[in-house]
Amino acid sequence: MPTDNPSGLRPLKIDNARLVDPSRGLDTRGAVLVVDGRIVAAGPEAVAIAGPEGTERIDAGGAVIAPGLVDMRVFVGEPGFDYRETFASASRAAAAGGITTIVTMPDTDPVIDEPALVDFVLRRARDTATVRVHPMAALTKGQQGREMTEFGLLQEAGAVAFASGRTAVSHAQVMRRALTYARDFGALVIHHAEDPDLAGDGVMNAGAVATLLGLKGVPAEAETIMLARDLRLARLAGGRYHAALLSAAESVELMRWAKSLGIPATAGVSVAHLSLNENDIGAYRTFFKMSPPLRAETDRLALVEGLADGTIDVVVSGHDPQDVETKRQPFAEAADGCIGLETLLSAGLRLVHDGRVSLSRLIDAMSTRPAALLGLPSGTLQPGAAADLVLIDLDTPWVYDEATILSRCHNTAFEGARFSGRAVKTWVGGRLVFGG
Amino acid sequence: MKPARDPLLPRFARQHLLGIDGLSPHEIEDLLDRAEAHVEVGRQVRKKLDTLSGRTQINLFFEASTRTQSSFELAGKRLGADVLNMQVASSSVKKGETLIDTAVTLNAMRPDIIVVRHHAAGAVALLAQKVGCSVVNAGDGAHEHPTQALLDALTIRRHKGKIARLTVAICGDVLHSRVARSNILLLTALGARVRLVGPTTLVPGAFRDLGIEVTTDMRAGLKDADIVMMLRLQRERMQGSFVPSVREYFRYWGLDAEKLGYAKPDALVMHPGPMNRGVEIDPAVADGPQSLIREQVEMGVAVRMAVLEAVSEALPNL
Repeated sequence: MPTDNPSGLRPLKIDNARLVDPSRGLDTRGAVLVVDGRIVAAGPEAVAIAGPEGTERIDAGGAVIAPGLVDMRVFVGEPGFDYRETFASASRAAAAGGITTIVTMPDTDPVIDEPALVDFVLRRARDTATVRVHPMAALTKGQQGREMTEFGLLQEAGAVAFASGRTAVSHAQVMRRALTYARDFGALVIHHAEDPDLAGDGVMNAGAVATLLGLKGVPAEAETIMLARDLRLARLAGGRYHAALLSAAESVELMRWAKSLGIPATAGVSVAHLSLNENDIGAYRTFFKMSPPLRAETDRLALVEGLADGTIDVVVSGHDPQDVETKRQPFAEAADGCIGLETLLSAGLRLVHDGRVSLSRLIDAMSTRPAALLGLPSGTLQPGAAADLVLIDLDTPWVYDEATILSRCHNTAFEGARFSGRAVKTWVGGRLVFGG
Repeated sequence: MKPARDPLLPRFARQHLLGIDGLSPHEIEDLLDRAEAHVEVGRQVRKKLDTLSGRTQINLFFEASTRTQSSFELAGKRLGADVLNMQVASSSVKKGETLIDTAVTLNAMRPDIIVVRHHAAGAVALLAQKVGCSVVNAGDGAHEHPTQALLDALTIRRHKGKIARLTVAICGDVLHSRVARSNILLLTALGARVRLVGPTTLVPGAFRDLGIEVTTDMRAGLKDADIVMMLRLQRERMQGSFVPSVREYFRYWGLDAEKLGYAKPDALVMHPGPMNRGVEIDPAVADGPQSLIREQVEMGVAVRMAVLEAVSEALPNL
């Protein structure tokens, strides 16, 4: 049937799958039929549909089919830091982790604060990436925290949100105006909610562990004070606000309060903060240095609970490739961040296996919800949608070995980690990008 | 003099001394016993031994320190080592780059022992991963300064005959002090009761979570103390950032005769130096009969000889 298949892709039928589609509240046995890179049917009703002649058939053997993951916090090195990560290397790592869309941070060199730079990213990604790439633009010019960027023009160029990146906008009036102006364009403002004065030159969670290590601490209040300010400004201005990464238990309480009042605010968390705590730093292990910092176990548990009940909307990898130059340093002088594309799903599945988060909530937080926040048509198995799919074996045991890392940088907080479950095959627009 | 050490007790047999953390009481006591012997060596006319003869010791200081560096230098020379002092200005190149690059470069020159001081916590342990020789921590950021804690313990032991069950008040800027951290670890490991005294801006409450007594009041903190250990307050921290002024600090936390009176009558006063007379300590107390401050310096050389000797025994004898 070449006439209705201009993509040239062979039609695909996946049988005997557990379909998890949070966009339709679906968690059921069934099948998926993909023709011309688009989902034709996904559900129990698809079992009986044979598909066109020549359809490739895959028996999922009861494994999960879910919409491909949408990771809305990914640092890629292009432009400026290509030696850390390129779109090509990042998309290989993403595909191996079941991620079909990466949303890139504007903290490049130069900072993505001009429509032409958004265009550059999109063209580079088109030519070199195997997964979908959507850039975020800087919230303020040069990420200086003073003047807002051209939300309208940047949006037209393809920016899906406006992020302050690694920095915080400490000036309340600037944040207020940005949230007010963003409202006119329906733009999403993403903030690194951390008071830079209170964080000072702190390098890890404030408390007993930092005290013993002789390291300066960042109190949870650096986050909660900034978040409390932001939530009130979002209420005042009416613009859509997203707290990029929560790390503290009290931040979850603040989000609960904001949502109960109907403030247009959402929040994300990194899978590292859901999996690890400050004790993992051990003897100054810099791969566990991140911003916001890993906090106490009680904070981690509160974040997991917030994810489970939907107070925290989104889970991200926070993928931040750093090389030997920036990480092989004394702890206080090392850069923040860890890679995470390959481990996002598997680390998240630990919470499912522990019975703390349902599989459909996890997929929602890693795919459906971020797509909805960013206005992307992915994150769903709805017929008509592009076939961005991941086949997940929930139980396959594996070890994340440094030698197999696909990212250009190896600064993982999960080196040698034992996981149960992983992406087995990943498709973007019906094209197999991992697991061939 | 203590009786000879029971040969069946575990001894310190590590290649590096990176901190007090992780050392067993037996290892600590072994180092103190070794140091005790070296005190006598230092008091003879002929101070030179040949324990480290043929060995090369590099004192790698990323932070200037005349006292600690000369103490390590003397210790190494008295043991017969060839000692080289290296000052690395921390501002010259990108900071951490200097550390790793210097470590690799120095290692290629095949030294036997590198003594390191660095401004970043954990930096000495990081360097130790990169070299094949012994590494001794001469102070890393606000983390540890193990030889200072050992010399303090030796000084105390020589005067009180023991460490266990003594009450030690550590007073002043604990927050920024590696000396305080190493002392807390060592003294509690040997069974002393440790109290921290100072304004809360300089004595974080987190120490309470670690099971240490913390108080802001010198009278309560020094009550029944056998040892009063004062810490240095850096000048840049006295002018409004952590405490409002020198005079206010001295009024409430400076050790004068009156405050020393709260402690036991035979209490002894210590200070790691260099002192700020009139800031954390009254000159009359610093130079008074209860002060051990000068003796600490003498013990420093003996303790460093003990440490250099002990780590070198763990080196391959090729």
